[in-house]
Amino acid sequence: MAPRDARIHVYGWLLLLPAAVLLVTFTHYPTIASLIDSFFSTPRAGRASRFVGLDNYALMIDDPVFWKVLWNNAWFALGTIPASIALALVMALWVNERIPGRAFVRMAYFTPTVLPMIAVANIWLFFYTPAYGLLDQVRGLFGAPGHNWLGSPDTVMWCIIVMAIWKEAGFYMIFYLAALQSLPPELKEAATLEGAGRWHFFRRVIFPLLMPTTLFVLINAVINSFKLVDQLFVLTKGGPDNASSLLLYYVYEVAFSFWDTGYAATLTVVLLLVLIVLAIGQFFYFDRRVHYQ
Amino acid sequence: MQTVLRRIVGVVAVVAALALGTSAAKAVELTMYYPVAVGGPITKIIDGMVARFEKDHPGIKVKPVYAGNYDDTRTKALTALRAGQPVQLSVLFSIDLFELIDQDVIVPFEEVATSAEDKAWLKSFYPALMANSITGGKTWGIPFQRSTIVLYYNKDAFKEAGLDPSKPPATWAEMIEMSKKLVKKDAAGNVTRWGIKVPSTGYPYWMFQAFAIQSGQELMNQAGNETYFDKPSVIEALQYWADLSRKHNVMPAGAVEWGTLRQDFLEGNTAMMWHTTGNLTPVRQAAKFNFGVAMLPASKRRGSPTGGGNFYIFKKATAEERKAALAFIKWMTAPELTAEWSIATGYVATRPDAYETPAMKKYSADFPAAVVARDQFQYSVAELAVHENARVKKFLDDAIQSVLTGAKSPAEALKSAQQQAERVLRRSR
Repeated sequence: MAPRDARIHVYGWLLLLPAAVLLVTFTHYPTIASLIDSFFSTPRAGRASRFVGLDNYALMIDDPVFWKVLWNNAWFALGTIPASIALALVMALWVNERIPGRAFVRMAYFTPTVLPMIAVANIWLFFYTPAYGLLDQVRGLFGAPGHNWLGSPDTVMWCIIVMAIWKEAGFYMIFYLAALQSLPPELKEAATLEGAGRWHFFRRVIFPLLMPTTLFVLINAVINSFKLVDQLFVLTKGGPDNASSLLLYYVYEVAFSFWDTGYAATLTVVLLLVLIVLAIGQFFYFDRRVHYQ
Repeated sequence: MQTVLRRIVGVVAVVAALALGTSAAKAVELTMYYPVAVGGPITKIIDGMVARFEKDHPGIKVKPVYAGNYDDTRTKALTALRAGQPVQLSVLFSIDLFELIDQDVIVPFEEVATSAEDKAWLKSFYPALMANSITGGKTWGIPFQRSTIVLYYNKDAFKEAGLDPSKPPATWAEMIEMSKKLVKKDAAGNVTRWGIKVPSTGYPYWMFQAFAIQSGQELMNQAGNETYFDKPSVIEALQYWADLSRKHNVMPAGAVEWGTLRQDFLEGNTAMMWHTTGNLTPVRQAAKFNFGVAMLPASKRRGSPTGGGNFYIFKKATAEERKAALAFIKWMTAPELTAEWSIATGYVATRPDAYETPAMKKYSADFPAAVVARDQFQYSVAELAVHENARVKKFLDDAIQSVLTGAKSPAEALKSAQQQAERVLRRSR
C-alpha cells in the first residue's frame, strides 16, 4: 500500500474513533461483561466470586418469579404494541386533515410524551386510587362500586398497559404525521378520480407507503415494551405478588435491592437475547414488505 | 539567567502560598443520605436541625440528602459506596443491619465512641430499640426515627356507631366486632366507610409481624439466620388478616396501599387504621374529627415490631470524618433534640430522658396519644432482620399479598415462603 493510501485509512479510522469509543464503552463492553458475569457467582462476605458455569441459568429456570415476569412482559408487549401503533396511526390520519384547532389537538396528543414518566405515574396513581381517585369517582357517578385497580392481580396489568399506551401513542403519532405529509397529494386526487373509497385508499395506498415508518415505530415499540418500567416504581413496585412486575424491573430488584450481581447478569443476558431475536425477526419479516423510495 | 531566577522565585512563591493555604483548618464535610417514609415536612425539619448543628460546630459541614424511602436510600447509599462517591454516614433501615455487615461497609460504634462519656451515651437508649442495633456484642446503629405500629381510630365515628370512644378494641375479637358496627354503606349497598384498614403494600411484612407476635410467635431468631414463617400460630395470624376482608367484610379486598392510607383515614374512608406512629403529627394537624391512638389489640398477647431508621457510620469515612459524624449523631440524639424531633413528627423519642424534658412533658400532657407508642415498648419485639434481608422480606411480602388477593391459602403461601427463605439463609449458617 502506498503511504498516501495508508494515511487515508488512518484518517478514516480516526474519524470513526469517537463514535466507536462511545459504542464500545456503552454497548459492546457492558454486553460482554454481563455475559461473563453471568458465569460467576455473586461475591458475598467471606466468599469471593468464583466460576460456576451454567449454575445461574439453572437457578433462573427454577425461579417461578422469572417465568411470571417473562409472562407478564409478553402480555404487556401484546397489550401495548398493536394498540399504541394503531392509535398513533388513527391520530396521525386525523390531525393530518384540515380540522379547526389542529395545532392544539396535535399538542394535546403529544403532551403525554414530553411529561416525565415518574410525574405521569404519580398522576395515574391518583386516577387509580380506590374510592376517591378519579376513575372511581366517575364510576360512582354511574352508581358502580369502587374497585381496587392497582391492588388486585386481575386488573393491575391492564392499568399499566392503558397508562403505557396513553404515554406512547403521541410519540409514534409524530413519526406517522411526518410520513403522511411527505406523501404526494396526486395520489389522493388520482384515487378520487378512480372512485376509490377512503378505506380502500388507506389499505392499498397509504398503509403500504407508510411501511418504513411502521417498521421503525414497531421496533421502537418493542424496545419500549421492555424498557418502560419507570411507572412500576411509583404505582405498584411490581406487586401485588409480582402481578405487575416486568423483566427489567426484576433485574433492577435483583441487582440493586438484593445485590445478587451474578443472577442479575444472567437475567440481563436473557433480556438481551429476547430483544435481539425480536429485532432480527422483525427485519427479516418486513424485508419484502417495506418499499423504500 | 534572569528568566531562570524569576522562574525559581515564582515556583517558591507558589509553593509557599499553597503551604500556607493548607495549614489553615478546613471544615470536615459530611454527606448523609436519609429516607422519608411518613407524611409531613420532614426534609424541612432535618434541614433546620442540620443548620443549627453547623452553627454550634463551625468545623463541620453536613449535607443531608433526601434519598426516597428506606429501600431507595439503602440502594443509593450502597451504590454510592461502591462507586467511590463520598458518603460518611446515613440514616438507613434498622433491619438492613445484616446486609450492611455482610457487605462490610459499616463500623461498630464501639470503635468510634471510645471515651467513657461516649460509652455511657451508647447505653442511654431504649433496649427495645437497641434490639435491631446490637449483634455480636457490638452496636452498629444508633436509633433515630423509630416507631411502633399503633391503632388510629376515629372517635366521632365510634360515637356515631354507638361505641364508647374511650374504649378502643383491645383484643382481636373486639376489633372484628367493633369494625362490623363501624362499616357504613350507602343506599346501593356499596361501602362508604370501612371498619379497619391494615396496609399491605410498602411494608406488608412489618404489619404481619405485629399479627404474628400477637399470636405469640417471633418470625426470626436473633442471629438472623433462621425464620419461622410456617409455624401454626403464624399461619393463624395470616388467616385472621385475610378473614378481615374475606369473611368479616370490614376491610376492602386486594392490596391496601400504604401511601394513601393516611389520606383514607382523614377522608373518613376508614374508621380505624393500623399505621406507624411516625404519621401521628401529620394526622393530628389535618384531622377534622376527634381521633384517638391505642396500642394494637392482643390475641394471645399484645405486641408490635419496632420500626424505622438508625444512624450508621460507614467504613469508608476517614478517622477525622468518623469523629465528626459521631459528634453530629450525638448532637441529633441529645434529649432535647430527640424530644423536638418526636413532637414534630410523631416518631417515638429514642431515649427515656427525652420524655423527662419540659417540652415533652407538656406535649404529652396536652396530647396523650404521643406516648402510646412508647408505652407499647414493653410488648415490642425487634423488626424482621436476617441475612439477605431484602430477598427474604420479598418472599414474605409476596406470600402475604398472594393470600390477601385470594390467590393462595395462608398455609400454602407461608410454607412456600419458609422454603425459599431456608434455601437462602442456609448459606449464612
